[in-house]
Amino acid sequence: MTELLDIYLLEAVLNGLLLGGLFALLSLGLNLIFGVIDVVWICYAELMMCGMYAVYYLYVQFHWPLALAMLAAIGIVALLGFLLHQFVIRPVLAAEPINQLLVTGGVLFFLQAAATLAFGIDFRNLGLALPALRVGDMSFSAARLIAFGVALLGVLGLFLFLNRTYVGTAIRAISQDRAVMPLMGVSGPRIFAITSALGGALAGLGACLLVLQYDVHPAIGLSFGPIVFLICVLGGLGNLLGGFAAAFVFAQFISIGGYFFAIEWGYVIAFAFFIAAMFWRPRGLFSR
Amino acid sequence: MNYPLHLAILVLLWGYIYTSWSLMGRLGMVSFGHGAFMGIGAYAVVMLWNHFGLSPWIGALVALAATAVVAVLIGYPCFRFRIVGHYFALVTLALSEVVRLLITALRDQTGGSLGATPKGALTEGTTVAIGAMQFESKLVWLGIVAAAWLAGLWVWRAVDRSMGRLALQAISEEEEAAASIGIHVTKAKLRITIVSALMTCVGGILYAQYQLYVNPDTVSGIAISLQMVFGVIAGGMFVMLGPTVGAAFTLLLAEGLRLAFGNRYPALDITIYGAMLVLFIIHMPNGILGAALERFRRRRERSLLKAAA
Repeated sequence: MTELLDIYLLEAVLNGLLLGGLFALLSLGLNLIFGVIDVVWICYAELMMCGMYAVYYLYVQFHWPLALAMLAAIGIVALLGFLLHQFVIRPVLAAEPINQLLVTGGVLFFLQAAATLAFGIDFRNLGLALPALRVGDMSFSAARLIAFGVALLGVLGLFLFLNRTYVGTAIRAISQDRAVMPLMGVSGPRIFAITSALGGALAGLGACLLVLQYDVHPAIGLSFGPIVFLICVLGGLGNLLGGFAAAFVFAQFISIGGYFFAIEWGYVIAFAFFIAAMFWRPRGLFSR
Repeated sequence: MNYPLHLAILVLLWGYIYTSWSLMGRLGMVSFGHGAFMGIGAYAVVMLWNHFGLSPWIGALVALAATAVVAVLIGYPCFRFRIVGHYFALVTLALSEVVRLLITALRDQTGGSLGATPKGALTEGTTVAIGAMQFESKLVWLGIVAAAWLAGLWVWRAVDRSMGRLALQAISEEEEAAASIGIHVTKAKLRITIVSALMTCVGGILYAQYQLYVNPDTVSGIAISLQMVFGVIAGGMFVMLGPTVGAAFTLLLAEGLRLAFGNRYPALDITIYGAMLVLFIIHMPNGILGAALERFRRRRERSLLKAAA
């Protein structure tokens, strides 16, 4: 047993915790959209890709300060989320639910290919060398620590927004009863538009954290998209707290699995666990 | 002569694979996991041939058996626990990613993301190696994929005319109600899933043997699964030749743009395709062929009415 508890395993667990924070933030926007509008944005990770490119171009090519570039990226992705809702989701809101899922798949193809056209297939990064934090024999990348901190703040901020503000209350009300709330004077289409922009902004925030750690390229959405969906489903689609917890569960599987085997095996185990968990609790691990 | 032949082979092969997918899709089971079945088919055959010298014909049996097992392992609990709609799509998406990641992770055996090539059996002077399922002549391949495609259409029609199709249609509209009139929901769904998965597996085998190259990203995973789903949607999910039209449309769009612009705009075809998909799903959810047939029927009805008046 003592061998299992060595310091590198501890490092893997802690790194998993940091990764979980990042995943939690990434899944937040998607979960919010599903909870309120009842639509899965299959192209959610591609929106993050757009945000990553925005940060890259503003910071590296146009020499904006990093913080400003990130703020602008969040704004751009929020706008994309809003446009996505107005022009793609709204026309199919009354159609069969699966069409709403599929239509965003078309957007996925479009964004991914358009990014290839516009930016080429090169891997690009900000060229920042963030220091690694060393605690004893363990090392943690500063980018991950920042991502973890921001993710927690983002989650907290969203909760406060939903629970303490007028608009937030309206969003929660609409998500609980879409039919009755319009009678109480809450405008459905407007709340949906606001929620979509908010979901986009969260994707943009996720993009800012991702671009600190990963190179951006047109297909990066495919490497994060599936994980984000599965986390949301694992926590119960639309269940924000469930998704938050599921992100940490998922990240531990990847991190510890990657510690014992190779990193792909971590993913294989996490995905297999997901499938098994669906059979065990079809409405999500944390469904009531 | 080789180039049009190559295009014809690809259209028929993908037409066949899309048709296999549409067996489930048209009955309300939108699977994002068919890349898994294609990947199992392609890799099982190539790996058994490369490592054990097992003929692809026998390898195909192993691949089909493995596919059936996976289809049941995933399908049975999904259908038993009423995992439908978004949830079904995302569970199957996880499956196709598991297969892709497994192939990548077993890189010592499979070559990882660099892909693998079946050992060549065509020596100097021979053009046909039946035991190794390798044929130099594209005409032979055209014959093989045409046969597979026709068989796929035949299965489509047989399913369309069966009682099972009616049962599944009832299930896709209202699962509880269907169960209440005595339809065994799990069994009905599982049966069509196995047929669809096995056919897709055959598609993967043919693809691997025709291209003589397999890569985890082109035969499994989320990208290929989405390609199947959207090819069918573009062509028309609810008509027999819809998936084939979808395959022809996507391929000819890509090749046409390539001929027009060369390789200057490498992703232009998918950009246009993605935008068209969005428009299709919004404005003509029955796809190209579905919409065309609908228009044709309406025109004929109108002329019949006019003739009657």
